[in-house]
Amino acid sequence: MIKIEHLVKNYGSHCAVDDISFEVESGEIVGFLGPNGAGKSTTMNILTGYLSSTSGKASVAGVDILRDPIGAKKKIGYLPEQPPLYLDMTVEEYLNFNYELKGCKLDRASHLAEVCETVKIKDVYKKVIRTLSKGYRQRVGIAQALIGKPDVIIFDEPTVGLDPKQIIEIRNLIRGLGKDHTVILSTHILQEVQAVCDRIVIINKGKIVANEKTENISRVMDSNHRFNVKISGPQKEVLSMLKSMQGIAYADVLAERDGDAYTYTVESDYGVDIRKKLFFQLAERGWAMIGMESLGMSLEDIFLTVVEKSEESRTARVGAAGRVARRNKGKEKSAIEREVGASLYEDAQRQRTEAAKTATDAEEDEL
Amino acid sequence: MFAIYRKEMRSYFINPIGYIYLGVFLAFSALLCCYTTIISGSYDTASYFTLLIATFIVLIPLLTMRLFAEERKLRTEQLLLTAPVTITGMVLGKYFAALTMFAGGVLLSCINFLPIYIIGHAERVGEDSTTMHIGPVTGEIVGSVIAVLLLGAALIAVGTLISALTENQLSAAVVTVGVIAVMILLNVFNMLTDSSGQPLINSYPIRAVIDWVSVISRFSAFSNGIFDYAALLYYSSLAFVFLFLTVRVYEKRRWG
Repeated sequence: MIKIEHLVKNYGSHCAVDDISFEVESGEIVGFLGPNGAGKSTTMNILTGYLSSTSGKASVAGVDILRDPIGAKKKIGYLPEQPPLYLDMTVEEYLNFNYELKGCKLDRASHLAEVCETVKIKDVYKKVIRTLSKGYRQRVGIAQALIGKPDVIIFDEPTVGLDPKQIIEIRNLIRGLGKDHTVILSTHILQEVQAVCDRIVIINKGKIVANEKTENISRVMDSNHRFNVKISGPQKEVLSMLKSMQGIAYADVLAERDGDAYTYTVESDYGVDIRKKLFFQLAERGWAMIGMESLGMSLEDIFLTVVEKSEESRTARVGAAGRVARRNKGKEKSAIEREVGASLYEDAQRQRTEAAKTATDAEEDEL
Repeated sequence: MFAIYRKEMRSYFINPIGYIYLGVFLAFSALLCCYTTIISGSYDTASYFTLLIATFIVLIPLLTMRLFAEERKLRTEQLLLTAPVTITGMVLGKYFAALTMFAGGVLLSCINFLPIYIIGHAERVGEDSTTMHIGPVTGEIVGSVIAVLLLGAALIAVGTLISALTENQLSAAVVTVGVIAVMILLNVFNMLTDSSGQPLINSYPIRAVIDWVSVISRFSAFSNGIFDYAALLYYSSLAFVFLFLTVRVYEKRRWG
């Protein structure tokens, strides 16, 4: 439905969007994620014809936005970051203006009623927009984007500045829209994409650094395969037992002591839950497990990892990813899992070297 | 384009600006008409139209200052520029809305001529109207009104361009006042004379350039009762050039 090929946008010498390409299938909800200034809004502005690209191609439903801007714009409903509302109009006047502006051919009364029903603004239909609350203004902005039943709807940070209840309502609304429309949603709020989107495109400094199905990313998050385990027992023997245990990819001791107990960092193979097994094996030998802490990942961790990764040199990344891939013995993995996995591995190694260096600092390192 | 035109027309009348413009314009024109004809006991409307044009210095910026500046400030221009409307359509929609307001005011102000005609009619009674013409000359008035409308069209185009260049209504208004004042009053320099009665600016080329730039020197033909097609063409071309530049400003911003 949407196709972006090698899109570049320069502002003078500053490159806001640097050769990005991606596609959005019909009926998909895609989250466009990135820190502030990453190029999200620029990309959307190019896609909607507000800005022109320096080079590259963007098309909507097969219509090139540069070659046939009017045709492409007819297929897009756009809610910019700041809803473009005429504060001195009533909602009714505003929607009618948009209806005319877009040259909509649908039956006016029933179409406007339908749009109002969808975004639930019937009770403020006759009110002047200036008097509306922020949540309602946002809805009117969304209503504007829906007029004319466009194939593609683009939202630029639709929930910024709303209260939690309104955020949930707007998200539900967007998810509902995904049934009949292709939706692109830009945001820097991670939960939002996770809650709403089918696919996530992460952009940083004008480049796409990840383009993954949401479920893949969720899988990475759910797979807490890294633990800090506190075991009371002889250090060397415990460590060698951990290292030899099946399902454990990596184990090391942290220089943190609590009586005769040491803390060990354990990383299981991907997708293997070793917790029960570990418990019984330790019990068999009479070593007490007195604490276990999961070092799972939040979406923030993944996001930061991916964004940081994109700023490091490419060779370093490939090397690390290769190591992880070997460890996982050919298991199928998505790019994001490899990326994040590599980072976890590096984290662990760093922890290990630091621990060896200064025993006293280790406690802080772990925290 | 028509949607934008209608929206602009509406916004003149839901904001005070439309009423202020019409009220001030009608009051000014009535006052000027009264002083230049009835009170000074003349049927000649030439000085009325010339002074009326001078009021455009203040009045036209009222119409044009918010056209684009406000849209830019409120970010609503994003709506227009992402809608299936060409930039030319958007500019023309706004321009014609301002022009409609302006033309409406000018046409409404024609009511000022009614008392002159009535006085002229009263004076003609008993006089021999075959040897001399008593009362206003209708042809001259019609010609002058057409010229004023076209001159206004050119000045509104100037205001439109300036409004597109800024996002502050006030600075748009101030700059427009300045530019229109220069365009209208420039030929005053040609009229200045020193104590001996010699023109202050002696150089012919400079006088010619000033004459060419000044919109009002073109108007003098109409004051003398000549319907000057060249002047009409001059005004229309000015309007075209400034509207074209406005479109270019928006194109440029897209590529910026």
